[in-house]
Amino acid sequence: MALLEVDDLSVTFARRGQRTVHAVDGVSFSVDAGEVVGLVGESGCGKSVTSLAIMGLLPKQPGLRVGGKAVFDGTDLIQLDDRSRRDIRGRDVAMIFQDPLSSLNPVIPIGLQVTEVLARHRGMKGEAAAKEAADLLDRVGIPDPRRRLKEYPHQLSGGMRQRALIAMAVACQPRLLIADEPTTALDVTIQAQILELLKDLVRDSGTALVMITHDLGVVAGMCDTINVLYAGRVVETATRRPLFRQPRHPYTEGLLASVPRLDAGRGERLNPIPGSVRDLLPWPDGCAFAPRCARRVDDCVGEPPELVIAHDGRGYRCVNPVPVPGLTPGADVAATVPTVAEPGAVPAQAEPADPPAVPGFGPAAREEETPHE
Amino acid sequence: MFRFIVRRLLQLIPTLFGLSVLLFIWLHRLPGGPETAILGERGTPETRAAIRRNLGLDEPILVQYARFLRRMIRLDLGTSTGTKRAVTTEFLERFPGTVELTVMAMVLAVGLGIPLGYLAARRRGRFLDHASVGGSLIGICIPVFFLAYVLKAIFAENLGWFPSSGRQDPTIGATRVTNFFVLDGIMTREWDAAADALWHLVLPGIALASIPLAIIVRITRASVLEVLNEDFVRTAEAKGLTERTVRRRHVLRNAMLPVATSIGLQTGLLLSGAVLTETVFAFSGIGAFVAESISQRDYPVLMGFIMIIAVVYVLVNLLVDLSYSVIDPRVRVR
Repeated sequence: MALLEVDDLSVTFARRGQRTVHAVDGVSFSVDAGEVVGLVGESGCGKSVTSLAIMGLLPKQPGLRVGGKAVFDGTDLIQLDDRSRRDIRGRDVAMIFQDPLSSLNPVIPIGLQVTEVLARHRGMKGEAAAKEAADLLDRVGIPDPRRRLKEYPHQLSGGMRQRALIAMAVACQPRLLIADEPTTALDVTIQAQILELLKDLVRDSGTALVMITHDLGVVAGMCDTINVLYAGRVVETATRRPLFRQPRHPYTEGLLASVPRLDAGRGERLNPIPGSVRDLLPWPDGCAFAPRCARRVDDCVGEPPELVIAHDGRGYRCVNPVPVPGLTPGADVAATVPTVAEPGAVPAQAEPADPPAVPGFGPAAREEETPHE
Repeated sequence: MFRFIVRRLLQLIPTLFGLSVLLFIWLHRLPGGPETAILGERGTPETRAAIRRNLGLDEPILVQYARFLRRMIRLDLGTSTGTKRAVTTEFLERFPGTVELTVMAMVLAVGLGIPLGYLAARRRGRFLDHASVGGSLIGICIPVFFLAYVLKAIFAENLGWFPSSGRQDPTIGATRVTNFFVLDGIMTREWDAAADALWHLVLPGIALASIPLAIIVRITRASVLEVLNEDFVRTAEAKGLTERTVRRRHVLRNAMLPVATSIGLQTGLLLSGAVLTETVFAFSGIGAFVAESISQRDYPVLMGFIMIIAVVYVLVNLLVDLSYSVIDPRVRVR
């Protein structure tokens, strides 16, 4: 049994007078100890909502429904009551957020923000906690940690702030770490340092890491297994090498093709995926990606595509996958899992009013950031 | 920190100087004068001129101003044309009452307003939220003097729970030290006198607190709602901190910044605007006295009062700025 087993996770926001929005629509994946699993997709595809649902951090509001399971070491996090969840959060499962400045409390010194985790979960106080906090800052590469403990977030640089956040997340040696776009707000040189740091932490401690990102470069450098999300569903699952070498789902192929290449000729045009993320089909009516898909066939529309499991263990949700050279189409299929889709539901992006990715947490990240637009 | 305070206090000097010039010109351009108030319709031009000469109002305005400045430097605000007593004496007697009343009102407004606003935000859209938002609207709309009359009629005259007027029961025979009656009672260990003075403050305090309470409830509620959506609150939740720690350490403290500003402004307003409440409860504070001075054209009292209010505003805002730097390290003064 894997450390974290997410099974058919769904998050819906029902609002009066509007169609129910399926931000996450039956997502399943698993994470083993020491493994780095990527959740990849463009803004609004449900990757952040997935992580917040696992953590139990979705803002409480009427109309929010979380279904399915997220079993962590035998405990279903979705069914857990608030108190037990608080015991697990920060101790066994920790999270790193996207914007380090806004994710740190501006009026409290860094030191207290680290020691409060130690006090809560490890019962450490006073000098012992301060010493441990300094060690933690030192371990994440913050120079002169004793002085930094007394400083406030605005006195730190962006990279230092993210390091501080990481220190808080790893303070109790969690077994699972979820990093939600941890490098998006940082400049490129700092990004590399932070990714190195995360890699080291995972390697040294055996922590499992769920890496949420839209950046395929991050995925290529970090992840063992990758789940590509589109419109709230996993459309392709594969380990790193096969995915990059031979994508099967046309969306994955499009994502990979849209990354600008340094070795391309000057006059060569970029290869965006045609259309926008809002041109989609509700899953019950067929494949959500069909309106933008270059490989669309008649079978794409009508009913949701089945999940195809190939002999090599990878899975994709497509009736007309990208062919593998030298392989008869369909020859590698080991099994198919029919997809259930609740009629009348719409994925989050199909909402005309452009709702926030997570209501209450501000608007969804800008779409210009996604690599293929 | 110390240099910051000194610098701010030094800024008072040009502020007061400018203010005094403006006031001097303005008051002396007003039609009518103390002689009209003293003599009424009966005065002949000769008697009017005599009074003006007596008060020094016949001299050129520059001479009058120079004399005013010379007095000011000695902290002498002159003599009231109405009561014939030194303005400073009058103020020392009456201002403490208003200060006590203001403190009482602000303690009520802050003590109730912050918890209410916070709870309203936590229970957004539920009964308590609607009740406190609706209640604060009523609080802002009801005229203070009306509320004062209603409170007095019900709780003082009908039920007899509280005294209906004055600052203290004169039969107690309390010793006077600072003219802050509650403080005096504590200092002289005359506990019954202190309690009685405090008891006299309750009804006028409630009446005066109604508007600042409503404003503080609303500002706290809005501010807490804003902070609850901040990323750092989510981080605190992700650390698994208890709800109590998240609220106190992460939500409330950040939500207090706009509330502190509002408390400062409200305090200044109450000090200069307690006239109506003081009148209803026959509370001998500065408000009623100044209102009287306006109709009497009592220039020295008006000048003195406005100057003191200016000083009070500067001091209160200094306190607000200092509290800011305690709450928020980003604006910490050096």
